[in-house]
Amino acid sequence: MRYFLNRFGFLVLSLWAAITLNFILPRLMPGNPAQAMIAKQAGNINPAALKAIEEQLGLSNGPLWQQYFQYLGNLLTGHWGASFQYFPTPVVSIIATSLPWTIALLGVVTIIAVVVGTLIGILIAWRRGGTADNVIPVATMFGQAIPTFWLGLILIYFFGFVHHWFPLAHGYGDDVTPGLNGPFLASAIYHSILPAVVVFVGSISGWIVGMRNNMITTLGEDYVVFAEAKGVPKRRLILSYAARNALLPQLTSVAIALSSIIGGQILIEQVFSYPGIGYGLTNAVASEDYPLIQGMFLIIAVTALVINFIVDMLYGRLDPRVRRRGRRE
Amino acid sequence: MTVVAVDVAKSRAKRATRRRNSALRQFFRNPKALAGVVLFGMFLVVAVFAPAIAPYNPTSTAFGMLQPPSHAHWFGTTSLGQDVFSQFIWGTRTTLIVGVGAGLLSTVIAILIGVTAGYVGGIVDSILNALCNIFLVMPGLALLIIIESYVHNSTPYMNGLIIALTGWAWGARVMRSMALTIASRDYIAAARLSGMSTLRIIVFEIVPNMTSVIASNVMYACLAAVLAESGLAYLGFENVASTSWGTMLYWATQNSALMSGAWWWFVPPGLGIALLGTSFALMNFGIDQVTNPRLRTSRRRRQVDKLLRELRANQSEVHSDGRDARSGASD
Repeated sequence: MRYFLNRFGFLVLSLWAAITLNFILPRLMPGNPAQAMIAKQAGNINPAALKAIEEQLGLSNGPLWQQYFQYLGNLLTGHWGASFQYFPTPVVSIIATSLPWTIALLGVVTIIAVVVGTLIGILIAWRRGGTADNVIPVATMFGQAIPTFWLGLILIYFFGFVHHWFPLAHGYGDDVTPGLNGPFLASAIYHSILPAVVVFVGSISGWIVGMRNNMITTLGEDYVVFAEAKGVPKRRLILSYAARNALLPQLTSVAIALSSIIGGQILIEQVFSYPGIGYGLTNAVASEDYPLIQGMFLIIAVTALVINFIVDMLYGRLDPRVRRRGRRE
Repeated sequence: MTVVAVDVAKSRAKRATRRRNSALRQFFRNPKALAGVVLFGMFLVVAVFAPAIAPYNPTSTAFGMLQPPSHAHWFGTTSLGQDVFSQFIWGTRTTLIVGVGAGLLSTVIAILIGVTAGYVGGIVDSILNALCNIFLVMPGLALLIIIESYVHNSTPYMNGLIIALTGWAWGARVMRSMALTIASRDYIAAARLSGMSTLRIIVFEIVPNMTSVIASNVMYACLAAVLAESGLAYLGFENVASTSWGTMLYWATQNSALMSGAWWWFVPPGLGIALLGTSFALMNFGIDQVTNPRLRTSRRRRQVDKLLRELRANQSEVHSDGRDARSGASD
């Protein structure tokens, strides 16, 4: 319980930090660019909505603390303002249409990458000192250094432009209607294969190296050595004795890697014009749609923080030592 | 007391120098680390002598449009008639300055925050640690993007600065745990009793003993900074008139190099980023090999394997005591 409260406290603290950052940034910048944008929009937006947007972006004259509490209140009640670009569509409904795309791609691919990467890591540790053990670390270093968005460009060029095997962009074809119908889902999956491959390649090397290192550490532990000395078969030794314990640090890595995975996905969505949150964010920045920028950043931050919290909870369940100490080191 | 402290410090310093020299030798003997150094050295030479190496002005539009690689234009030309090879050479300079600069700066911030938190402890540690954890879980690129949305037409150097100011958290966490273990050692207590100020202890007693962690963090931070900078530039959040590998990719996609089949335009900059990043990763690997207790465990593992083989061979009693190998592995 103490562990739960501790992690929950951190979730609240980090959420508050993200929200406050969102509040301070537009007010901190000299010559607020949002102001110029609002002046441009003055004709197309009704005065009341404009005033609300001004308040949200720090252009009203009230004292700062008052603005702050108003801002917090609006956030909590779901009043995230309206987008400039798609006026009067509320920011919240734009987010609601793009979030499922991002979560689906991010979730499915990350889970596959973690599982496959971990298995490969175990396999390499099994055959310590073999060719794979020498080649794969170097290959993964190169894999980690490749900019994922560039990998996306290369795949689009090769599989999309040269060979026409996969669509070049977008989340689904023009000939289907979004919704829970077969043709749409098939089209969406077909469109998401290339982006998924890029996200997968971009993150798998970290899991392989992480698991390999964890395995090598655990294989050196006394209890593993003892088990080996008393003649436990190799398969059992690797899987039941070493891998089970080497898995725990891997879970911590999920939490740490998350922020870079999400960052990578923003770029990949942009490359593929994939209709998720990342693409929405970069588009909103390109068209200086400040209410939408704020909303998109907030939802990305909230997603990252909540997943991090869930991982922490899982960790606490799996490792009783952590729960007792009340904090993850 | 002071005399003892000074003596201890002196002998420690001597031992540390000897250890460092052998560590350097070990580092250069590692083929992977050496490959990293050579690769990085090549990019460094290109960056320093860019004006002499680049055949043309990178912004000149005097050449034929979208020409494939030829003798006159090794990497072909862009749709505006610019020489891709010259852009690549000048881009090396920008990317290297920004990447290494941001990497070094973020490491300095990481040291300041991490070591202060770890050594001073108490409430200072709690606050700095919470700050560090918040930056750690915050999605970095999204944060960079919204900052960029308020900073218009950011220069590459400005981007480097922003990247360093937001990307220090991972390093600070490592520095903190390192400082925590060092702070509990006897010679630090001796230094404190001899009346050394906190700042002096941090600068002269703690930080010099973290060289390997710092070096490793510089490599990691440079790799991250190069990737972040190129990502931002690719999205158009860098003055698009500047020449960096990221802006090259931005222009390539803006002018649909993909759809005109101009692979020579977008392949070199991405490959450059990947190779530069690999050089950092290889050097980091080398540092790890020399200093990481984990890999020391693997050496121990080898000893254990040998012992086990002997054990199986003659069924005799063999007792292995590997306590020493574990002493450093408790991170």
